[in-house]
Amino acid sequence: MTERLTTAEVAKVAELARLRLTPEELERFTDQLAAVLDHAVDIEALDLDGVEPLAHPVQLTNVMRDDEPGEVLDREEVLAQAPATEEGQFRVPPVLGEGA
Amino acid sequence: MSAGTAAAIAGAVRAGERRAVDVLEEHLARIEAREPEIHAFNLVTTDAARAAAAAVDEQVARGEDPGPLAGVPVALKDNLCTRGIPTTCSSRMLEGWAPPYDATVVERLAAAGAVVVGKTNLDEFAMGSSTEHSAFGPTRNPHDTSRVPGGSSGGSAAAVAAGFSPIALGSDTGGSIRQPAALCGVVGVKPTYGRVSRLGLIAFGSSLDQVGPLAADVADAALACEVIGGHDPGDSTSLPEPFPDLRAHLDDGVEGMRVGIVAELTGDGISPDVAAQVRAAAEALAAAGASVEEISVPAVTYGLSAYYLVAPAEASSNLARYDGVRYGLRVEAPNSVEMMEATRTEGFGDEVKRRIMLGTYALSAGYYDAFYGKALKVRTLIRRDFEAAYSKVDVLISPTSPTTAFRFGERSADPMAMYLSDVCTIVANLAGHPAMSVPYGTDAEGLPVGVQVMAPALGEVPMFRVAAALERSLA
Repeated sequence: MTERLTTAEVAKVAELARLRLTPEELERFTDQLAAVLDHAVDIEALDLDGVEPLAHPVQLTNVMRDDEPGEVLDREEVLAQAPATEEGQFRVPPVLGEGA
Repeated sequence: MSAGTAAAIAGAVRAGERRAVDVLEEHLARIEAREPEIHAFNLVTTDAARAAAAAVDEQVARGEDPGPLAGVPVALKDNLCTRGIPTTCSSRMLEGWAPPYDATVVERLAAAGAVVVGKTNLDEFAMGSSTEHSAFGPTRNPHDTSRVPGGSSGGSAAAVAAGFSPIALGSDTGGSIRQPAALCGVVGVKPTYGRVSRLGLIAFGSSLDQVGPLAADVADAALACEVIGGHDPGDSTSLPEPFPDLRAHLDDGVEGMRVGIVAELTGDGISPDVAAQVRAAAEALAAAGASVEEISVPAVTYGLSAYYLVAPAEASSNLARYDGVRYGLRVEAPNSVEMMEATRTEGFGDEVKRRIMLGTYALSAGYYDAFYGKALKVRTLIRRDFEAAYSKVDVLISPTSPTTAFRFGERSADPMAMYLSDVCTIVANLAGHPAMSVPYGTDAEGLPVGVQVMAPALGEVPMFRVAAALERSLA
């Protein structure tokens, strides 16, 4: 965390997030993200040993309900909003094989 | 109570003294006159609003009570799902998408007799503090159209400030209701996390997001909270407690209440005019019988860093769903992975991409402990510091925004400068506590200043008592 963010790291992160960056965007985003991470050095300096993380402000656990059928979304209404459908399902381009 | 408030409108409509259709036409006329200049809305739902208003009038004619918001025009931030009505999050990614269901808060408004007039503009996916990150162009501040309305609920704040609707709903992940409320001179409320259902609010940071109202006065904000709040079995993070009766306590006063001024939010980075208004607010509360002291909440200073790791981390997960498969934009490509890349690259704007990458980085192997893990521990420190403060005082006050409304372009090229707009508001989201902004005077240029009132979890009643006292002190 002491070394500044590199363009290679940002390129890797973009790939993981399924985003394509132009060379100009890669440079600009790297600078901008590095500035945000630079600001985070203030928490890097804190002694946080023994402090429990807080992932969520509400400590509700095991929210249960009776297993009864309720209203569900209308399949035709949902599929009507999808980019491509076939036989009542979402249709995607090839995932495996020659095209993939 | 002016005739334009939601409470006055609902009272008159319920009593048969005013027709909902007439109330609506007055507001539509205002929208028609000034919307081209303000651009508060992504969509004005004129026909649906006319039908809803007519239905309210028919209920009254039949002797039925349409509810506490009878005939009240309401604007909805365009990240709240409305069945069959486009819901875009001001993103190309969702342009033209019409949800197959209504958000719980939208159902509750309708059940209370409210009339939805449109969907308001926001920073794309609620990420921003100015509405400059909207894919459909910025909203302008009704007080000075050369300036931003704040964000991300800038369209909702501008709609209320311009008189397009007495109430609007927004969402607040790091200040997105309160900061635009402050910059536009209206009241904005972020309730305790879990008080208001998130079902049908398009997710940004799920442990931080909360729906709340923007309104022209404190009483209308209280009324809106009561209507939209309370348990929702459809949201597993919804608190079981009912929303308290706020309006019954607005005139209780602040005699004997203990008010703390957050010491860390008085000096550095706060504009002198804003700081002066916060001091004036503190003096007004003291004059009304409260004891006022400056109090240190040290972890406030780390809030910004923690927030800009936690919120992007959650956003990067939540926005993984936009992959061109089930809804919204698809950019065709020969295989699925390339289709997803092309869709996300074209569908998201720069700010959304920045946050997704920041969050992906903070969560990635090798960095998780250094960034996300650390930020979650800071969140615990923030909570502890607030608990310590609330053992001494009932509520805290601070500026809502370090400055008044800034000019277009002033911060949009520098993300960190924009993020600093949120320094006073984000801590309440990290802690899950309620907070609201109340208009309190102006700066030297006549631009509105907002004072923030913060309270411990479930402390909406004392928070509203203080807000109401501040409002009265200006009357």
